[in-house]
Amino acid sequence: MSRLVFSRKPMRFAAARVASSLMPGRGAAVGPLSLEPDEQLALPSPEWVRLRPRLAGICGSDIALVDGTASAYFDPLVSYPFVPGHEVVADVVDDPDGARRVVLIPVLSCEVRGITPVCDACAAGSVNLCERAAFGHLEPGLQSGFCTDTGGGWSNEMVAHRLQLVDVPADLSDEDAVVIEPTACAVHAAERYSGRHTAILGAGTMGLLTLAAITVRAERGEVERSGPIVVTARYPEQRRLAKELGADVVCAPDELPRWVRSASQSLVMGDQLTGGAADVIDCVGTSDSVQQALRVVAPAGNVHLVGMPGNVTLEMTSLWHRETCIRGCYAYSRADFARAIDVVRRFSLGRLVGATYQLREFHDAIAHAANAGRRGTVKVAFDLRPKEGK
Amino acid sequence: MPRPGFVLDVDRSTPPTLFWRGENFSLERLPAGRSRVIYPPEPLPALKDIDGAIRTALLHPIDQDPLPAQLFPGMRLTIAFDDVSLPLPKMRRPDTRQRVIEAVLDMAAEAGVDDVHLIAALGLHRRMHDYELRHALGDRIFDAFHPRGMLYQHDAEDYDNLAVLGTTDHGEVLEINKRAAESDLIVYVNINSVPMDGGWKSITTGLASYRCLSAHHTGETLQNTRSLMGHREHSALHKSIWRLGTLLRDSGPKIFQIETTLNTDMFPEQFSFISSREWEWSARERATYLATTKALSKVPVKMARKIFHSIQGPHQMTSVQAGETSAVHERTLAKVYEQQLVHVEGQTDILTLGIPFVCPYNPDGVMNPILVMCMGLGYLFNMYRNKPLVREGGVIIMTHPTYRDFDPVHHPSYIDFFEQVLPDTTDPVVMGQKWEKAYAEDEWYRHLYRTGNAYHGVHPFYAWYWGAHGQQWAGKVIIVGGDPSTVRRLGFTPASTLDDAFEIASDVVGRTPTVTHLHVPALLVADVH
Repeated sequence: MSRLVFSRKPMRFAAARVASSLMPGRGAAVGPLSLEPDEQLALPSPEWVRLRPRLAGICGSDIALVDGTASAYFDPLVSYPFVPGHEVVADVVDDPDGARRVVLIPVLSCEVRGITPVCDACAAGSVNLCERAAFGHLEPGLQSGFCTDTGGGWSNEMVAHRLQLVDVPADLSDEDAVVIEPTACAVHAAERYSGRHTAILGAGTMGLLTLAAITVRAERGEVERSGPIVVTARYPEQRRLAKELGADVVCAPDELPRWVRSASQSLVMGDQLTGGAADVIDCVGTSDSVQQALRVVAPAGNVHLVGMPGNVTLEMTSLWHRETCIRGCYAYSRADFARAIDVVRRFSLGRLVGATYQLREFHDAIAHAANAGRRGTVKVAFDLRPKEGK
Repeated sequence: MPRPGFVLDVDRSTPPTLFWRGENFSLERLPAGRSRVIYPPEPLPALKDIDGAIRTALLHPIDQDPLPAQLFPGMRLTIAFDDVSLPLPKMRRPDTRQRVIEAVLDMAAEAGVDDVHLIAALGLHRRMHDYELRHALGDRIFDAFHPRGMLYQHDAEDYDNLAVLGTTDHGEVLEINKRAAESDLIVYVNINSVPMDGGWKSITTGLASYRCLSAHHTGETLQNTRSLMGHREHSALHKSIWRLGTLLRDSGPKIFQIETTLNTDMFPEQFSFISSREWEWSARERATYLATTKALSKVPVKMARKIFHSIQGPHQMTSVQAGETSAVHERTLAKVYEQQLVHVEGQTDILTLGIPFVCPYNPDGVMNPILVMCMGLGYLFNMYRNKPLVREGGVIIMTHPTYRDFDPVHHPSYIDFFEQVLPDTTDPVVMGQKWEKAYAEDEWYRHLYRTGNAYHGVHPFYAWYWGAHGQQWAGKVIIVGGDPSTVRRLGFTPASTLDDAFEIASDVVGRTPTVTHLHVPALLVADVH
């Protein structure tokens, strides 16, 4: 039994940053993430239960953390030491109703934190916008997996509030279940889809899941597709999946401006299109991707940041001149999980889990996840299920 | 007396053969006992008194009155001329166009004609840069006409200045430059590099609109153009053009066609090894070859390109004829064939082609992958009369680096074509139906064609269509030395060496195929029996 613990060790954090600049994912070997013995956490209140994770995904924000590239913005929103892992499918320990397999809603909202009255955002159901993420009877924590009191999925045991649990339908595999949480993020992003000409930057996990969620919305008749969806993808497997999940055009990142230009019949001024895509969904979150989004978005169009951007440097004159809107897109509401289950089922998205690792193999796991596209993989996860015969 | 072209059967004593590889060369050994190399005829002697010959042609035209007799004060005279796409490489000054147009202008001045417009007959090609116009026409003409707006370039998208002259019984719309259509006389000045050009093609493509060109520049038409450089009756393209020409003759303005032919003296003396026969290379030519290839392999491709595009060829004039278009063109063709025709017996399993740095669509620009296809399958494959040099279902092997490199100023729509159309289809008919319209009507491409120096948005389709017959004819196309992913995007097979290419070809043509190598650059038309 063991768990991966992320501690506050500034020197190691800096070393991880240097190592990852040489090779993404190398931060795991030198950074503040370590394999430690199990430690049982206290249940913060009677509404909390113990979970035994089965699979726990490795998300882009986890990699940023391990590689030392995460923004300092998160410092007040996490409490050390913590066990990462917020994409979790788990068994509830000693559930009175018998065996119960759940996925975690990792956002730690007012109700979960025991805060009454709840903040306006939580009252409105927008737990992703909770104004009390660092308060209440829990230590600060943006989500489970970033809070010292809750533990995280990269372990054999964690704790969660009953409101954080969503039962997994029996027809879904563990692999399907572990992508429900990122799919809920994608469902939230897909709500922004207007049906007009749209560009999705990046065909990693979030790009593909957002595309899948958009396709399901269109299939249900919730939105009419009046313009093409252009997706950028670097690697062959990403291209294949993007086509399968509903992209009209899949192109290399450097080809995007030309595709958007021809689809929107734009002219060009320098590097800037005169027209462009009504909506650009950036699932990469780098300076280059956001800059490219500004280059291809239509005047008065919207750039949605789904990929966590961190520190970026931007030339924003075009944003001012063309009245472009850049808007973040974080997490989900509880209702998004129900829809996420439908999306996962519709496309059998568990197949995106291309590799699983034991916790002791975390160096390899993080390195693989950080280079997933190049290695023909979309999602990498830790497999915490007991092995047969043990 | 220049030696005629001939066919060399390769044996064990045959020295390696020169192949173009874009901005460089290589010497390749072809399989002995079953290979042959077709060498072009040596350059015909140039006309001794070129200006005198031009004047004679204008004063004694074929089936028409002398030019001075057709000129009168107050008339509208339009002089149209071939654009920068030929000759290749560009001609040493004075260019043929300059010599001929100066003679025409002298006669016009003597006749008191003062409403004269000079129009570069671009069709859908890119607008010529001012330095190219100046090079082709000379300082005197350029300085006299260009600043006054009387020397300009045809605009196939300027619908206010296009005129419909009628429709053929096949539904082809004849729509040409309005100034030319409303002139009392069009004088067309042509340079005939290959038999495909000239005749009615000059005006009905060079001064035509997209609508007019789109009648015959299609995948289907080019697939059915089985003799682009030979017999017109086997060319669907030329049959269409000749129908338009007949309509132009019957319904359009008077036309005075001036056609000129050049010999195959294409490269300056210091590059003589390019056109010499390898076993006759002098010590100096061998040294030049070694030094040139070594140096070119060391310099960046951009610099190599710059060096090649700066070359100016002698291109000596061998004939000039003027008068009625059809009659003039028949004489032109006879002279072109006199220079370029080589008698060849039978077809072979494989045709090898060295692809040079330039084709008609990239003067002073990049030979992008689509143009490699166009040059190989559209031009060089089609340099035959009667039947192709390679048997149907045989293999065409080309040598070229086929880099994924484009000239964004000259070829903007080629980039999109490569990224958008080719991954979808390489079938000329399918791409025509599915993609051509969007490119032809794209506002941005129109803008760049009309105001910049870009080929028309639809042009990459035309370049691709040009290779349609060769693409259909060949069982496999292999590019030696090309960027593998780029070559595959074209629908072809990459190979590292010529030997590898023969090995790959063996799947199609067996282990002991017969091979023909077309020795370019000097142009030749293989008369295959």
